[in-house]
Amino acid sequence: MLEERQFCTFLVADLFLGIPVSAVQEVIRYHEMTRVPLADRTITGLINLRGQIVTAVDLRQRLGLEDRAPESLPMNVVIRTDDGAVSLLVDEIGDVLEVEERDFEPPLETLGGKVRELVRGVFKLETGLLLILDEEKAANVSSTQSEAMELVRETI
Amino acid sequence: MTTLIEGCDEIVKDFLVESYENLDQLDQDLVALEQDPGNREILASVFRTIHTIKGTCGFLDFGKLEKVAHVGENLLSKLRDGELELDANRTSALLTMIDAIRSMLSHIEDDGSEGDADYGNLIDLLTNLQQTGSGPEAAGTAPGRAPDRDVEDVAQDAKRSAETAQAGGDGTLGSAETTTTTAQAADTPQDSAKQTKDTVQAADTPQDSAKKTMATAQAAETSGTVLSPAPSPTASSLTESTIRVDVDHLDRLMNLVGELVLARNQILQFTSKEEDAAFVATSQHLNMITTELQEGVMKTRMQPIGNVWNKLPRVVRDLARSCGKDVKIIMEGKETELDKTIIEAIRDPLTHLVRNSVDHGIEIPEERQALGKAHEGTLLLRAFHEGGQVNIEITDDGGGISTEVLKKKALERSIITTEQAARMSERELLNLIFAPGFSTAKKVTKVSGRGVGMDVVRTNIEKIGGSIDLQSKEGSGTTIRIKIPLTLAIIPALIVTDSGDRFAIPQVNLLELVRLEAEQIETSIEDINGSPVYRLRGNLLPLVFLNKELKMQAAESSAAGSSAVSIVVLQADEQQFGLIVDEINDTEEIVVKPLGTQIKDLDTFAGATIMGDGKIALILDVMGLAQRAGIIGELSSHGIGEHKEQASTGSDQRRTLLVFSIGDDRRMAIPLDLVARLEEFPISSVEVAGDREVVQYRGEIMPLVRLSRFFNTNPDETEQLQVVVYSHMSRSIGFVVEEIIDIVEERITVTIDPDEQMGLDGAAVVQEKVTDLLDVDAVVGAAAPEALEPAATAEAEA
Repeated sequence: MLEERQFCTFLVADLFLGIPVSAVQEVIRYHEMTRVPLADRTITGLINLRGQIVTAVDLRQRLGLEDRAPESLPMNVVIRTDDGAVSLLVDEIGDVLEVEERDFEPPLETLGGKVRELVRGVFKLETGLLLILDEEKAANVSSTQSEAMELVRETI
Repeated sequence: MTTLIEGCDEIVKDFLVESYENLDQLDQDLVALEQDPGNREILASVFRTIHTIKGTCGFLDFGKLEKVAHVGENLLSKLRDGELELDANRTSALLTMIDAIRSMLSHIEDDGSEGDADYGNLIDLLTNLQQTGSGPEAAGTAPGRAPDRDVEDVAQDAKRSAETAQAGGDGTLGSAETTTTTAQAADTPQDSAKQTKDTVQAADTPQDSAKKTMATAQAAETSGTVLSPAPSPTASSLTESTIRVDVDHLDRLMNLVGELVLARNQILQFTSKEEDAAFVATSQHLNMITTELQEGVMKTRMQPIGNVWNKLPRVVRDLARSCGKDVKIIMEGKETELDKTIIEAIRDPLTHLVRNSVDHGIEIPEERQALGKAHEGTLLLRAFHEGGQVNIEITDDGGGISTEVLKKKALERSIITTEQAARMSERELLNLIFAPGFSTAKKVTKVSGRGVGMDVVRTNIEKIGGSIDLQSKEGSGTTIRIKIPLTLAIIPALIVTDSGDRFAIPQVNLLELVRLEAEQIETSIEDINGSPVYRLRGNLLPLVFLNKELKMQAAESSAAGSSAVSIVVLQADEQQFGLIVDEINDTEEIVVKPLGTQIKDLDTFAGATIMGDGKIALILDVMGLAQRAGIIGELSSHGIGEHKEQASTGSDQRRTLLVFSIGDDRRMAIPLDLVARLEEFPISSVEVAGDREVVQYRGEIMPLVRLSRFFNTNPDETEQLQVVVYSHMSRSIGFVVEEIIDIVEERITVTIDPDEQMGLDGAAVVQEKVTDLLDVDAVVGAAAPEALEPAATAEAEA
C-alpha cells in the first residue's frame, strides 16, 4: 500500500507517471550534459547542479521505450536517493496531483517487461491512469553489470 | 546517577572530548618523561591532566573512574614532588592507567556507564608503586645512588626555577614559559590557582633537605605564575578562541566556495566586456575576496601532521619494550599541514611503517653494540612541503634490507621469475617488499611478518594519489619516503580533448607529451599485429587510443585523420604507455568530485570536475584505463602481482612474446618483458673486439650474438642488422636476428623436448606456427659469458 498522497507527475512517451512529491528535490529545465563513455545506455550524462555532479538517467531508456526525437529536449526531475541526487529525464512535466487511496491498484499483470518492474501500482483517475514509478529502482543502474551484459550480447 | 547524566548530556560530551584529547597528550608526555624523568614541567602537566579528569568525574559521579584517576594522581603527586623517581615500571603502570581510563570513557560514550571491568589490580599496583624504592623489581637497582642524583637534579632545578621566577617577576619573559604549560594542559585559571595552593602546601610541610630545596623551587616557580598577571587571562582566552566544528559543515562550506569560484569566473568574463568603472572595481573586489575565502576555507581543513604522529611515541615505546629493544623517536616538521581527509588516510599506513621499522629494522641492543652502533636505535620521522606535495620520511638506523634475501624470498614465493630477478635493479628489488604476499621477517610476530602489510600500505598511499619509495643500505638502515598531495579535493591535472569532450588526467601519472603532426602520424606510429606502438627514444611505447578505449564516436568537429594528434605519456604501475588524444588544452587545478553510484563502478574514471565554464569533465583513472586497454594485468593492481600470476600458472600461460626469425624459416620468441629495445645497425658499424663482434651503442660497447651462428642457420644477408637488445644490470647485449616478425599476446602451451638444442627453453605453437622459445640466460652464458658480468668487474678487467 502507498502512504503517499501527493504525486509529482510527468510524461514519458505516452506513459503518465508519478513519483511521491517527498522524493523530489527539484524540477529543472533541460540542462547541458556531459556524456559518460562506457556507462550504461540508460545514463545520458552528468549535470552540474550548482556544483554538485548529478547523474541523469533517461526514463525512456530505463523503461525500454523508444528514443526521444532528437529535437525535443528532456526535462530533469531531480530526486533524492540514499546515494545522493539523481536526475530522471522525462518528456514533459505535469501537475502535482493529490489522489485517493481507493483509486489505487497494484500493477496490472498485463503491463509489459521493464515497465512492470519499475511500477509500484496504478491510480485510476478521471483523466486516465497514473502509473506510480518506483523512483529508487528507476535510479538504481549499475554500469559494470550492463557492460558485462553487453559483452555477453556481443559474443552471442 | 543516570538521571544526572541525562540532564548533563552536553557536559558529559564535553568531558569526553576534552578527556580524550588530554589522554592523547598524556601518552606523549609520559613517554617523553621516561626519557627525561627530571622534567618538572611535563610532570606538572601530566599531574594536572589526571587531576582535571578526576575532578570532573567526581562532579559527574563516575565513581570507578574517579578511583582509578585518584590513585594515579597520588602516584603522580609523589613523582612530581620528587619523593619517587619515574622508572619503567611506573611509566608502564601509568600508561596502563591511561588505557583503563580510555576504555571507561569509551564505555561512557557508548551507554553512559563505566563498564563492568574491574580495575582492582591496577589500583593495587598503582598504590604499591607509591612506596619508595619503587616496585618489587626495582628494589635491587642501586637504591643508594638514586637519592644522590635526586639531590643534584633538584638543586639544579631549584636554581633554574629561581631564575625563572625572577624573570617572571620583572617581566613577561618568564610568564611566557609558564603560559605554555598552562595552555598545553588546557587548564582553567581555577585549576592553576588550586595548584599553586597545593604546592605552597607542599612547601610548608617540613621534609628532608633535598625535598625542601625542591619544594621551594616549585613554590618559586608557581609564584612566578602568580606574580605575573599575564598567564591566567591568556589561558582562558585560549580556550575561548577555539571552537569545535563538524567536518560536514566544513565540507559543505568547501563545496559552496567552489561554486562561488565558478560564479566569480563567470562574472569576470562579463567584466571584461563592461566599461562601467564602478562595476569593474566591484568585481575585482569580489575576485579578491573569493580567492581569500577559498584559501581560508581550505585552511580550516588543514591539520598538522603532528596529530597523527603524536600517537607514535607510545606505539614505538610499547613495541620496543615488548621486543627488548631500545628505540628513540625523533620528529621533525610536526607542524607540516595536510588536509584532514589525507591525515585520516595516512594514519594506519604510517603506524604500520613505524611498527615495521621497530620490529624488523632496528636490532636488539646487544647486536647493535657488537656492530659498533649506539645501543639505542633511532627512528627519525620527517615531514616537509616540496613542490605542492608533502614528503614524509621514516628513517631507521637499523639493519637495513638485504636485496639478496629479498630476491630469494620473492623467488621462493613465485612473486618473480628467475629471469625477472636477474634483470631487476637494486631499487626494484627493494620495492619488492611492497608486493602482495611478501614479508621478510625471520619469524612471524604479533605485529608483523604476515606479509599482508606492505602491499596494503602501498595501495592505501596510492589510493590518495601518493607514492612510496624505499631505500636501504644493508647494515646501516632504511628510509621510506612517502609523497602525498596536500589535499585530495584539489589536484593538478592535464586537460585534454578527445572526440569533442574534455577529460582531466591527474598530473601524478603524467610523464611527458609528444605532439605528432598530421603527416607524421602515418610514419611514426607503427603497427605490430594490430597493436600500435611508438618509438620513444628507442623504447617501444604501447599506444592506446582514448576514443577507441572509451568507444566514443568522434564529434563532427574533429575531422578524421587530417589533424595532428598528441601522445600523452603516462605511467601506470611500472608500465608506461602513450594515450592518443585529439588535443591537449592546459594544466589546471581541478576540484575532484565523486561520481554517482550509477557510474562509480567504471574503473576508467576516478571522478569528475567542473571546469571554469561550468561544464563537467570526467577525470581519467590512468590505472583503470591501462587495465582496460590490456597494458597492465587486470587481475592484480600491481605489476609484480601480475608476474606472480604468470609464474604460478605453470606452462599453460598467457604471455606477450616478441617473435622473430633467425633464418631457414626458423621462428623463435622471447618474452617481450626481457626486451629492452629493438635496434637496427648497418653492417658497417660492426667492429671486432677480441674474438667478438661489437657495436658502439649509447656510449658503450655492446657485444653482439648472432643467433644464426649459435643455432646454425643461414639467414638472408642484409645491409642492416636487426638487433634485439637485452639488458641486465645496466649491461646490454644484442641478439642479431634475421627479421622481427611480430609481438603477440597468446595463451601458449610450452612443450619441452628432453634432448632439445642447448639455448632453448622449449617450444610452443605461436600464431599457428611452431616457435622455439629462446633461453636468454643460456645463450648469453654460452656465447658471451663476460658480457653480463657487473659493469665494475668488467671495467676492472679492461
